[in-house]
Amino acid sequence: MSLTELTIADAAAGLRARKFSAVELVRAHTDAIAALNPRLNAYITTTSDAALTAAAHADETLAKGEARPLTGIPLGIKDLFCTNGVRTTAASNILKNFVPPYESTVTANLLRDGAVFVGKTNLDEFAMGSANITSAFGPVENPWKRNGDDAALVPGGSSGGSAAAVAAGLAMGATGTDTGGSIRQPAAYCGIVGLKPTYGRCSRFGTIAYASSLDQAGPMARSVRDCAIMLQSMAGFDARDSTSVNCDVPDYSAAIGRSLKGLKVGIPAEYRAEGLSAEIEAAWQQGIAWLKAAGCEIVDVSLPHTKYGLATYYIVAPAECSSNLARYDGLRFGERVEGPTLDAMYEATRRAGFGPEVRRRIMMGTYVLSAGYYDAYYLKAQKVRSLIRRDFTESFQKVDVLLTPTAPTPAFAQGEKTDDPVQMYLNDIFTVPASMAGMPAMSVPVGLGATGLPLGLQLIGRPFDEETLLAAGSALESAAGFTHRPAIRAEGAK
Amino acid sequence: MSLDPATVRRIARLARIGIDESDLPALQGELNGILGWVEQLNEVDVEGVTPMVGTGHAALRTRDDVVTDGNCRDAVLSNAPDAVGPFYTVPKVVE
Amino acid sequence: MSYTLEGKTGTWEIVVGLEVHAQVISHSKLFSGASASYGGEPNTHVSLVDAGFPGMLPVLNHECVAQAIRTGLGLRARINLESRFDRKNYFYADLPTGYQISQFTHPIVGEGTVEIELGDGTVRHIGITRLHMEQDAGKSMHDQDPTRSFIDLNRAGVALMEIVSEPDIRSPEEAGAYLRKLRQILRYLGTCDGNMEEGSMRADVNVSVRKAGEPFRTRCEIKNVNSIRYVMHAIEVEATRQIEVWEDGGEVDQETRLFDPSRNETRSLRSKEDAHDYRYFPDPDLLPLVVEQAWVDELERGLPELPDDKRDRFIKQYGIPRYDASVLVAEQAIADYYEEVAKGRDARLAANWVTGDLFGALNRTGRGIQDSPISAQALGGMLDLMADKTINGKIAKEVFEDMLETGDSAADIVERKGLKQVTDTGAIDAAVADVLARNADKVEEYRGGKDRLFGFFVGQVMKAMAGKANPAIVNEALKKVL
Repeated sequence: MSLTELTIADAAAGLRARKFSAVELVRAHTDAIAALNPRLNAYITTTSDAALTAAAHADETLAKGEARPLTGIPLGIKDLFCTNGVRTTAASNILKNFVPPYESTVTANLLRDGAVFVGKTNLDEFAMGSANITSAFGPVENPWKRNGDDAALVPGGSSGGSAAAVAAGLAMGATGTDTGGSIRQPAAYCGIVGLKPTYGRCSRFGTIAYASSLDQAGPMARSVRDCAIMLQSMAGFDARDSTSVNCDVPDYSAAIGRSLKGLKVGIPAEYRAEGLSAEIEAAWQQGIAWLKAAGCEIVDVSLPHTKYGLATYYIVAPAECSSNLARYDGLRFGERVEGPTLDAMYEATRRAGFGPEVRRRIMMGTYVLSAGYYDAYYLKAQKVRSLIRRDFTESFQKVDVLLTPTAPTPAFAQGEKTDDPVQMYLNDIFTVPASMAGMPAMSVPVGLGATGLPLGLQLIGRPFDEETLLAAGSALESAAGFTHRPAIRAEGAK
Repeated sequence: MSLDPATVRRIARLARIGIDESDLPALQGELNGILGWVEQLNEVDVEGVTPMVGTGHAALRTRDDVVTDGNCRDAVLSNAPDAVGPFYTVPKVVE
Repeated sequence: MSYTLEGKTGTWEIVVGLEVHAQVISHSKLFSGASASYGGEPNTHVSLVDAGFPGMLPVLNHECVAQAIRTGLGLRARINLESRFDRKNYFYADLPTGYQISQFTHPIVGEGTVEIELGDGTVRHIGITRLHMEQDAGKSMHDQDPTRSFIDLNRAGVALMEIVSEPDIRSPEEAGAYLRKLRQILRYLGTCDGNMEEGSMRADVNVSVRKAGEPFRTRCEIKNVNSIRYVMHAIEVEATRQIEVWEDGGEVDQETRLFDPSRNETRSLRSKEDAHDYRYFPDPDLLPLVVEQAWVDELERGLPELPDDKRDRFIKQYGIPRYDASVLVAEQAIADYYEEVAKGRDARLAANWVTGDLFGALNRTGRGIQDSPISAQALGGMLDLMADKTINGKIAKEVFEDMLETGDSAADIVERKGLKQVTDTGAIDAAVADVLARNADKVEEYRGGKDRLFGFFVGQVMKAMAGKANPAIVNEALKKVL
């Protein structure tokens, strides 16, 4: 098997067994990036030289028998995580030359555990988008193709670069961030596994904020086990993030393959929403059958406020982003467009620095917080958010985990759904509710649809019960036996 | 609720985002589209519901009053587009 | 008689509320670990959190919370066990994140009260609306470059307490008394140094005017006034301006104004079309702050005696007049000094010496009590010499001046200068005989009924004995002979 097809778990074993070196493993990926990134545009910045140096170092560590869980494993890092001395852009013109003098906690944790970073992956600008088409560095192409059709498809978003890189073998795993579905939806579109942990599980320190009360980092990889391995490193309490939760990080890998006998799986009626494609509905039914076969008890539940999740999200997230992005003012960092007065400088800088979607969300957020509208929009949305969370809390008194589709459709083509912002927002209809409630959720690929594109199912768990997600996810993964690979991939390129 | 061009201009001004007059119709249409769509929340009865603050998983922690940071002017100024000596700069502000 | 201003149309009353920004005494900033100390090279007391770098997050300083609670307790105010931090959004060059973290809807301290005392002895109570914590901004410098302003973020993120009064203040004098009292309380508590020159305490002054019995009229806010004197001036100037506007048939606009002491006027700070809309909302990077009553109780037990309590105790314990007690508790250090002098001695006499001669000397030399040339022990030593009749009051004045100059102890000075009081009746009798002999005519007059000449004889005897005679013995001796 090609080195770019291995799982992290197998690669880590292979490195320890000296079947191949870390330099070989990393070079296979940097070569694949060199070959495919010009087309996929999955990386904004590649760090191949530094990665190979780090790989050589990893080989020394391995030789000494001091390997850490991720020693020598090539990972992609979403370009929203600040990396010390490595340009971090948030896919925005306003940060196109920003070089942080600090490391985010999540990436520092991965480095501590030996990971090798091969580059910074593309995303929607400031993580605002569902198709990775708002990046100032150009769109990402989904490595998957519809049967008999070479049209460039979107990888989903906002972590589209991470999803495409992992799917195509340009990284063994990648970090993502998820605000309303930005890990799970691209994972589903690209046929990989993506896990959004409980809000507070991974530190937000050093990760560029979009909507602070929703943003959460998580792993994206080609297997459930790989996600468990990555999360093990990424998660943990951080005193520098006041919303980080101080509770123990369990052994996530131990949950893989755990018996599901007696596990109660909730099927929320409200996810049978309009616009759910027949192929996704079929995949969902298949997933239910597999879990039943694995010993789960299937329970119908109701999350009545789910349908308001998206509208709530499009008030809360823009409101927070309008404030979070005020710091990009051309003064202390980032690009600046001069003007005769302070305000002229601000206005020119922010007009040139932000793309249309970011500007739209900032303005939307500014409006919903402005005098006279706060109560009608923001306060109301935060109240509905309480109801959404209450729905989940009540459901989790009856069931252990929820199973839903990840997205209403498989990946669509670049250029589709771009006329109307609201149509684009509907891609996140199934992922947003768990984000609003802070619950952990994971997307697992379970098969291919009618046009040959991957389909994902979403598991939503109780707060800090990522283990049940991993256990149920690994059961779905085994049952599905999903071994399909995209048309554009490192191995295929050789 | 529907935004008129004057309101769009006012929001842009509050957000310090420069806009041209020619941007206004499109922006107005998009923002009104989104606002019209979120109107669906009016259906929800939130009588007596407390707004969500935080996600309820933790209480606010505090740190000890110890100087652990600062004295890093090089880092502070490392990305400044127009630093002069030890200072950031902006176009002259007249009060 | 209450304070009023006369206009063309009649008598006006002024209504004032103060928002005082008091910088919290702490080592590090409210939400970052950078130093909160004053001064420092530009942009050195700055962390990446203070500079608002991407991904940087606030973490609350425990001591700043404690200081805010102590202050609330000192203002006899309600402590809110749950409070929140909101973002106040606006763009400015010295505001790195584009928002100030402040407590808008749920402050940590609620209603309280401050007792003030006016020159005529009137006591008034000024209501406190609230106290909340917030971040200070950085500093813009406009005079360093022809086209640019320079930004220093050393102050950005330092903890402030905003203390908001009710509109209970009715005169410049009351405003001055309120600020002095507030500063006194903060200094006693050790929560703010109250140094207005360094900007660690500054006031926004809300002023309106009205005719007697009217509801409140529109107010203006005068921003950032940095001395008590200026606050008092600004109120008068602004009230006069508003009266003119009203009397000329105009409307006072609710606006922010600046006081210009050099021109003794206030002027509008921002044009109306640029009106702020701060878009407050709960800071999603911070959760609600919940404090335990047990901790509040512990902080309360650790509070020092507050100035009002100390004043009342001084009146009771030392039997001194209220005015003297108020003067003596003005500063903790003065009160401590006084108590050390008064301990085991004549407390009234001690109060007279401290508030009279000592304060006079300190004023003359421009010193504070901390660097008084005469220590409390030294002054006490002098009082002891008076008590045991080694020196009399007149000689004490001379000894005190010498102490000021030389720093010697009273005993040493008395010894050196031979100022010990003469109690030898033989010597006094001789001096009495001598004085009477030389003033036979006056002795006649005295005996003829001119009683007040007795004082003349005492003075002459004292003079003859270089002031060192014990006045009581002199009196005795004179009475006997006359």
